[in-house]
Amino acid sequence: MIETNTDAIRAYADRFGAGRQPRKRALSPHLAALEAEAIHIMREVAAEFERPVMLYSIGKDSTVMLHLAMKAFWPAKPPFPFLHIDSLWEFQAMGAFRDTLAEALGLDMIVWVNEEGRARQIDPFVHGSALHTQVMRTDGLLQALNDGKYDAAFGGGRRDEEKSRAKERVFSFRNEAHAWDPRNQRPELWRIFNTRIRKGESIRVFPLSNWTEVDIWQYILEEDIPIVPLYFAAERPVVEREGTLIMVDDDRMKLNAGETAEMKKVRFRTLGCYPLTGAVESEAETLDDIVLEMLTARTSERAGRLIDFDEAGSMEKKKREGYF
Amino acid sequence: MADGDTRAEVLERLTRAGERGVLRFITCGSVDDGKSTLIGRLLFDSKLLFEDQIRILENESKKHGTAGDEIDFALLLDGLEAEREQGITIDVAYRFFNTEKRKFITADTPGHEQYTRNMATGASTADLAIILVDARKGVLPQTRRHTYIANMMGIRHAVLAVNKMDLVEHSRARFHEIVSDYMTIAENLGFATITPVPMSARYGDNIFQRSDAMKWYDGPTLMEHLERVDTATEEEKAFAFRFPVQWVNRPNLDFRGFAGTIAAGTVKPGDEVRVAHSGKTALISRIVTADQDLDEASAGDAVTLMLDREIDIARGDMLVDAKSPPEVSSQFAAELLWMTDEEMLPGRSYLLKAGGQVTPVSVTTLKHKLNINTFEKEPGKSLKLNEIGVCTLNTSNPIAFDPYTDQRETGSFILVDRFTNQTVAAGMIEFSLRRASNVHTHAMDVDKARRSELKGQKPAVLWFTGLSGAGKSTIANLVERKLAEAGRHTYSLDGDNVRHGLNRDLGFTDSDRVENIRRIGEVAKLMVDAGLIVTCSFISPFRSERQMVRELVGEGEFIEVFVDAPLEVCMQRDPKGLYKKAQAGEIKNFTGFDSPYEAPEHAELHLETGEMSAEQAAEQVIQRLIDNKLIG
Repeated sequence: MIETNTDAIRAYADRFGAGRQPRKRALSPHLAALEAEAIHIMREVAAEFERPVMLYSIGKDSTVMLHLAMKAFWPAKPPFPFLHIDSLWEFQAMGAFRDTLAEALGLDMIVWVNEEGRARQIDPFVHGSALHTQVMRTDGLLQALNDGKYDAAFGGGRRDEEKSRAKERVFSFRNEAHAWDPRNQRPELWRIFNTRIRKGESIRVFPLSNWTEVDIWQYILEEDIPIVPLYFAAERPVVEREGTLIMVDDDRMKLNAGETAEMKKVRFRTLGCYPLTGAVESEAETLDDIVLEMLTARTSERAGRLIDFDEAGSMEKKKREGYF
Repeated sequence: MADGDTRAEVLERLTRAGERGVLRFITCGSVDDGKSTLIGRLLFDSKLLFEDQIRILENESKKHGTAGDEIDFALLLDGLEAEREQGITIDVAYRFFNTEKRKFITADTPGHEQYTRNMATGASTADLAIILVDARKGVLPQTRRHTYIANMMGIRHAVLAVNKMDLVEHSRARFHEIVSDYMTIAENLGFATITPVPMSARYGDNIFQRSDAMKWYDGPTLMEHLERVDTATEEEKAFAFRFPVQWVNRPNLDFRGFAGTIAAGTVKPGDEVRVAHSGKTALISRIVTADQDLDEASAGDAVTLMLDREIDIARGDMLVDAKSPPEVSSQFAAELLWMTDEEMLPGRSYLLKAGGQVTPVSVTTLKHKLNINTFEKEPGKSLKLNEIGVCTLNTSNPIAFDPYTDQRETGSFILVDRFTNQTVAAGMIEFSLRRASNVHTHAMDVDKARRSELKGQKPAVLWFTGLSGAGKSTIANLVERKLAEAGRHTYSLDGDNVRHGLNRDLGFTDSDRVENIRRIGEVAKLMVDAGLIVTCSFISPFRSERQMVRELVGEGEFIEVFVDAPLEVCMQRDPKGLYKKAQAGEIKNFTGFDSPYEAPEHAELHLETGEMSAEQAAEQVIQRLIDNKLIG
């Protein structure tokens, strides 16, 4: 059964239309400042680029970014499409959430699949996480960006996620091959962004650069933004593999000899491809619970991402190759 | 989280966290002063490090660290692999931590002189600067430099962090000596507060925890000060309303709003605002956000404003307090910090970006440079990387601004190279030059259209560029003869008639070449205004200057003709014997030889004169004039 929160999404969408209501309580001052900064960045991009696009991963950061885009251009719709790079191995609940949200808000949501990867039947269980991520995510993203001739792409990256991101610009310049050259980035002073590029070059834009994980969760709480139900604890069928709890999300997951799927109360701190995303045992069923759990957590959220487990510079290498 | 807190208490604490908003600060100093240790200590003591990050850190400390078996905080901070291996930091890194009262964003930049541009970048968004001093070494030249740059970038709050007090036996006398030295530098600058704190980052003394070893110190700990300091000065709060329009929001015929972030002041429905450039006024009818319409909005708020009447407003306009408008001028003095390897040349055209305003600009004069360590005036002809100068600038279109010392948001700009698109300078406007508002263009009864009508032709500039000996003058001469035979009115500008008169005072350095072309461009523009077809034959090696001339005249009036012959062919022809002299070392800065030539990328006409006769080349030019309907 696919987990959904359709009613919550519809009620949320209504807030941008007929159901617009004054806030009951002012946003916390530091969140208000972060919100204004993100909105400013989005409007700069909308005004200065010909073909912007907003990458949408369905995760919590991405959903916060989408929410900010709804606010930045209100009452107009965001003047750009949204793009989801579908790896074909995401949790089913993510696809359902994406489709309901896009429909309720009336967004132009492009779903891109690397057809070559689909034809080759890339399977993370068989081919491993590195090849799967390269083909279905990195290659798929580059295909989609070339196909749409996008000159600016919003991403939900934050500087606090990983060391190599602390120096990432808000406007991150990419050459014709979408590659990122750390020595060829532009200084960013005040609120003035240099948006000039040549034909074929592009810019990745990170409106959430200055947000931390705590800020994201507190903002979701204060703004009451719906997120994929998998972030909340529930009884789900999981298998323990090499110390990680993997959810059996569909029948493509074959159990090894001696493995059994057990029902455990778990939730996910990040979302992505289900074979590559570890669950944590948790009792946190509400946003309040999650925030509390997070404040006492002893590991960072990236520890749940299996693709980051190699050496410290791994994220930087991926970025040079065009991964976000 | 302390044990025994209830859920409600923790949530309440979280929502209170950040009640004082965000404080952005920059930490100035070098690794030797314990800067990385200080920042690491802030992250560590605010419990921002997770166990897995500490574990990675411990592993890496063993591999690259310089702190023996202890955790090396510097490794936590250096971002990029290459830098980590070289053991230097070359960029601006942003770190985040929260306490129960405030969210902090700190910009971490290297302290050495060659990283001045990085420090300025970090300082441009900071409200406070921590100036780090090693208690053993006291106030150093770099301390002065950091203080001057922080002040120049408009930071109004300084913390003098006297670190490594444990290495001077926590001496009160030493601390006071350093504070007194520092005050002689900083006292007369623009700081609103200067707060000295004796500390030891390594042991955490006076960072979060009050120091037992320095009981004589009764001031705030670093964190107490950072949590409490109110960075918005009274002048800033009272500043007049400024709203650069970012984006016009027009989803349907009933809604026309102007989206942007308030740069200064406050606004309420009913307030009278003025469009800075046009002078038109209107009343604010609504302040719109996605949540609700607001009764008031102030600096930093991203809102959408609606007006009570239709007036012409676009991105780049600024809505301002009608009673207290900013300067609108195309000539002003500004401090420039040069940020790129290619040096600044007076006369060259760059793009100026200030808020949504973008306009071509040139630096008219470099009045003086500022010594980066003493901030004393020094003479200079150009600005190199990391140099600071006071310049006068001349924009093609007037811009709206306030002096930077009054208002950072509306007094700042960047310069962008028109070809590489790199950000080449940061600018802080000092004041408008009176001349700008007094020189008005006289509207003439006989104008360009009337003059060209009388001559029965459309005016144009035919700009022949290429190496010496490529055939520019030969082709231009043939073209002019053909035009004259056809009864056209022409004039021809070349090195011979310009260098000997108008530009007699100029040599062949890069900056003189730029000025040479600028003057020729202005003369050509006057001739186009007179209705003439002007042929210009100049090596004109730089794209920037050719682009500048292109923009001086009207759309379609500039025809760039790239006279392209291989260097070997030119050297063989050597009509004036110049290559021989250059080879013999008798001439310096000879284009194609020891001075660069930037070939056009999008010339209207590309003539490969190694493979055609001058006659054929001239015919192609004439044909192009016919194709462009400039002549019949």
